[in-house]
Amino acid sequence: MIQTENLLHELIEKHGNTRDGLLPILQGVVAKENYLSEPRMVEIAKALNISSAEVYGTASFYTYLFTKPMGKNVIRVCKTISCKMAGKQEIIKAIEKTLKIKVGETTRDKNFTFIETNCLGWCHKGPVMIINDEVYPEITPERAVEILCEMDPKHLSKF
Amino acid sequence: MKTSELKKVDIIFDCVQCAPIEVVKKSLAMHPDEIIEQIISSGLRGRGGAGFPTGLKWKLAKEEVSDQKYVICNADEGEPGTFKDREILDLVPNKVLAGMAICAYVIGATEGFIYLRNEYNFLLKKLIPTLENFNKNLQEIGLDFTIKLFSGSGAYICGEESALFESMEGKRGEPRNKPPYPTRNGYKGKPTVINNVETLVYCNMIMRIGVEPFKQLGTKDSRGSKVFSVSGDTTKAGIYELELGIGVDEFVNEFGNGDTKAVQIGGASGFCVPRKDFANKIIGFEGVPTGGSMMIFNSSRSMYNILKDYLEFFVEESCGQCTPCRVGTQQLLKGIEAVKHGEMPSSYLNQLMKLSETMKVASKCGLGQSVPNAFSSIVKNFKEEMIY
Amino acid sequence: MSTINLIIDNKTVSVEKGKTILDAAKKINVRIPTLCHHEDLCVAGNCRICVVQVEGSRTLTASCSTPAEEGMIIRTNTPKVRNARKDIVALLVSEHNTQCTTCYRSMNCELQSLSAEYNIDNNRYLSILKPNITIDRSSWSIEKDDSKCVRCQRCVRTCAELQHVNALTVSGKGKDMKISTFMELPLNEAICTNCGQCVIHCPTGALTERRYFDRVWEAIGNEKKHVIMNTAPSVRVALGEMLGYPIGTRVTGKMVTAMKRMGVDSVLDTDFTADLTIIEEGSELLQRLKKVLVDHKSSVKLPMMTSCCPGWVKFAEHIFPEHLGHLSSCKSPQQMFGALSKTYYAEKKGIKPEDIVSVSIMPCAAKKFEANRPEMNSSGFRDIDAGLTTRELGLMIKQSGLNFAELEDSAYDSLMGESTGAGVIFGATGGVMEAALRTAYEVVTGKEVPFKNLNIFPVRGMEGIKEASIKIEGCLPEWSFLEGVELRVAVAHGLINARTIMDEVAEGKSPYHFIEIMACPGGCIGGGGQPIPTNEEIRNKRTQAIYEEDMGMPKRKSHENPEIKKIYKEFLKEPLGEVSHHLLHTTYKKRNHF
Ligand SMILES: Cc1cc2nc3c(=O)[nH]c(=O)nc-3n(C[C@H](O)[C@H](O)[C@H](O)COP(=O)(O)O)c2cc1C
Ligand code: SF4
Ligand code: SF4
Ligand code: SF4
Ligand code: SF4
Ligand code: FES
Ligand code: FES
Repeated sequence: MIQTENLLHELIEKHGNTRDGLLPILQGVVAKENYLSEPRMVEIAKALNISSAEVYGTASFYTYLFTKPMGKNVIRVCKTISCKMAGKQEIIKAIEKTLKIKVGETTRDKNFTFIETNCLGWCHKGPVMIINDEVYPEITPERAVEILCEMDPKHLSKF
Repeated sequence: MKTSELKKVDIIFDCVQCAPIEVVKKSLAMHPDEIIEQIISSGLRGRGGAGFPTGLKWKLAKEEVSDQKYVICNADEGEPGTFKDREILDLVPNKVLAGMAICAYVIGATEGFIYLRNEYNFLLKKLIPTLENFNKNLQEIGLDFTIKLFSGSGAYICGEESALFESMEGKRGEPRNKPPYPTRNGYKGKPTVINNVETLVYCNMIMRIGVEPFKQLGTKDSRGSKVFSVSGDTTKAGIYELELGIGVDEFVNEFGNGDTKAVQIGGASGFCVPRKDFANKIIGFEGVPTGGSMMIFNSSRSMYNILKDYLEFFVEESCGQCTPCRVGTQQLLKGIEAVKHGEMPSSYLNQLMKLSETMKVASKCGLGQSVPNAFSSIVKNFKEEMIY
Repeated sequence: MSTINLIIDNKTVSVEKGKTILDAAKKINVRIPTLCHHEDLCVAGNCRICVVQVEGSRTLTASCSTPAEEGMIIRTNTPKVRNARKDIVALLVSEHNTQCTTCYRSMNCELQSLSAEYNIDNNRYLSILKPNITIDRSSWSIEKDDSKCVRCQRCVRTCAELQHVNALTVSGKGKDMKISTFMELPLNEAICTNCGQCVIHCPTGALTERRYFDRVWEAIGNEKKHVIMNTAPSVRVALGEMLGYPIGTRVTGKMVTAMKRMGVDSVLDTDFTADLTIIEEGSELLQRLKKVLVDHKSSVKLPMMTSCCPGWVKFAEHIFPEHLGHLSSCKSPQQMFGALSKTYYAEKKGIKPEDIVSVSIMPCAAKKFEANRPEMNSSGFRDIDAGLTTRELGLMIKQSGLNFAELEDSAYDSLMGESTGAGVIFGATGGVMEAALRTAYEVVTGKEVPFKNLNIFPVRGMEGIKEASIKIEGCLPEWSFLEGVELRVAVAHGLINARTIMDEVAEGKSPYHFIEIMACPGGCIGGGGQPIPTNEEIRNKRTQAIYEEDMGMPKRKSHENPEIKKIYKEFLKEPLGEVSHHLLHTTYKKRNHF
């Protein structure tokens, strides 16, 4: 708790307590806590002197600002046309099978959330996967599984 | 097809010994009006998609009287099939920064931002030190201008300039009413020049190599070269700097693998050119304009699936505020599905074509206005694929 | 101011620089359809229904959001324009729950009118109405049905710009864009003040007041029940709008007749308790002044602020929970009425309070919530059984089959039916202040307030925050501590202005002694329960009617109301006395700030 209060304090220190600072602050919270919890949004609203509804409304516009609990690691696979043509569906299947979750879901241990996204800007090297900020172009199903297992060996046995 | 007529150009990534900061220094010795003059005479038009003449944009911003002005580099690159801005920022970031600095000098801005899409955060590792260094260099050469980074939060529409400002101001990325335009009323209501990453590099390069070498390339309305992002059914997917005004056939000869059925030029918001039109269309503002996205489709591809993919993209990425776009995109998507599944007669496509016309003329911003580009060019040229 | 000349549909028009194409068209009586546009709000430009053709432009232009420019040549009715408009309406219809037959706003809905005007064929597009939309009926005051929403954001702009509450927001994007509260909480858990301004600014049936008139019909039909209706001051100047009268017509007498003919047992006047409020609140003010100026009590707060507006009260409870001590402890006239109806009235009339159904007709959505506040049962029963809006009364009159225009005038019934001009002006911003000054000044000095014809103009009008000061001279001995005091007062309406005033109070920098606050722009004449549309022009006309009503009253000072004198003599004994304390005063509750 003390830690999180510090977090907000730091973020406000850095980005200011005006509306301009809202998105960087929200990003900062998501980076540390994976998502924007209700109390956190309320605190931010207070600090910026805006309503919590505005914080929520703004956050819900952006795909990187989650208002629902997310896993520690967010896996994104591009679903747009070039990657589709390059076989993104196979990657999705492999990930779903490895983590035993469907697109849009979070593993029970809250370690991974798996989502599909629009074009990630690597169309010449599709299919592409991004885990947190790390990019994996020209990914194969095997390689995807390997990466996941490296991150969380628990999934090794299950595959 | 080994020998090609296609002229590849090397301006953007060219690494001749001349540090970008030197170009800024050189520019500082010139009068701002002189720089504007040069950019205008180069014929450079924005590379972000809309193609507004860059020199004129700078001129308008310079003429505004204001205590504060801004220069913003639009690196929100989210158009499906575009990835050149990422490559530019990765390989030659200093050239982008130099372009911004020159612009700042011209219009009298002291603060600048790079609006970087969140998906490109991995670039930050290199970009932040580069930026710090560059800011220091600017101080050394005596230009009062600082560049900061602003990280996007995941929304294609934030590439639209006024939505981008809203987003930077901590709000939902909903495009504003225009006029007023950014050069008068941009970020925080102040005069702002917003340029695409690539545009800024060309500005820098024009100041370095002069107007002539640039002007010699391209056509009357599409001067110079441009960086293309090539993907899809090709063995040569990647980034290429090519002269503007080349024929689509020339392009296909170079990049297609012999079975190209259509090329989608300009991404989901661009146009689909079918094989029969390859020979009579050129790539550029007087033909098919593009922000750089070139997606190549072979005859095995279903154009229905491709169109559906684009529409799904827009249904999600529309900001949702205006009726023609929010509802129109959903109707187009639902409509082609219904026709495909036989739930609606094929004549319903005509109704949808009319709808796309409404979207084009009545939507609030460029997103809704350009959804019809892909829709009508695909439906018109591949009607059978939509029905059967 | 430079002027601009342009041509619209072949007619030249000159407007001031900065005016929009829509303004210019209005000036020459060219009607351009609008939806997201509302005179009270900033321009949004999102519905696109108002598009016109500007010569030379590739696309059409939204007239509401585009400034007129010199030399523009505009056509508002070309086939291209008409097609686009028709398409836009058809698109809105396609995402709409088109069950107009069961909609409360049917016949008063902007989408419905547009759809009729453009003769929309429901089959043009497939329905994309989202399934499983549930109606939020969690709030006592406001009902939210997203299936009727056209996403014009008028409500969001209202809640932000007029009220600065921001209980509503836009959430999601693309197909998922919708109007939400924080985290999609039900409205009763949001910081909504129940003012209902979003309701009167909503073009469709997506936001409406919770309706309770069916319960009232039940009670009227129940022989055993004695139904009392009390009507708020501003209802009589607005009800006519629903029944075919021009804006600003006073229909007091006909309204009373209609209610009697509907079978209401006793038609009484909230103005009576408005007068009573003045006595109680005025006494409280004088008491506070004494405690502060003479006894130097720091626990007593000045400025004192009015508490007759439940929208404002809930706002204060949410946003300024630490400063509730500034609020007068007086209940609103509605709640005073309720408490007395089941005590004083019941006693005098010899009716068992449990058989009384006390209904109030209010310009207001917040009063519904107020009537249901748990503490509002000081009579031992629910003090007010149902709070209806002006709109609901209008509907009931229509349902009753009466020909309103043909009705004769009648007077209010007695016992709590008599009122003064001071009670009437409660309905307009500044009215409470004016009424209070008319009485307080006279109590303190024994002389009439020094304004011609008792009309205290400085506190009237549509300015967001108004101030006035009166130097108190010639005090009666009892009030000598006020001699020479410059009494400073302020009046604010619209919660955005309330916040400005309150910020000052919270900082301890407020220069005033007494402040009147009304949540709704213009006060209750512009209340959330008033006929739709409501806008500046309409508010002005209703206000004018209120002051006409005041001028026409034989008595115009609350303390001269004979029924008021009587109730103190026979029941309450004295202002701020024990009975008053129990029945007429209340306490407030701290609520979550965000
Ligand atoms: C929906 C939409 C998305 C856009 N995305 C981008 C983008 O990602 N990058 C960009 O440079 N311009 C984008 N634009 C264009 C910008 O609004 C703006 O015109 C451009 O940044 C101006 O720079 P330029 O003149 O250098 O092209 C987009 C426009 C629209 C309508
Ligand atoms: S056209 Fe689409 S993206 Fe643009 S303002 Fe309208 S809804 Fe938003
Ligand atoms: S009732 Fe008033 S406070 Fe509540 S949402 Fe509507 S406008 Fe906002
Ligand atoms: S609830 Fe009403 S005012 Fe609000 S956006 Fe929907 S239709 Fe418009
Ligand atoms: S101003 Fe009047 S109508 Fe509006 S909330 Fe207050 S009491 Fe109700
Ligand atoms: S289509 Fe997948 S990265 Fe662009
Ligand atoms: S009325 Fe002009 S866009 Fe809605």
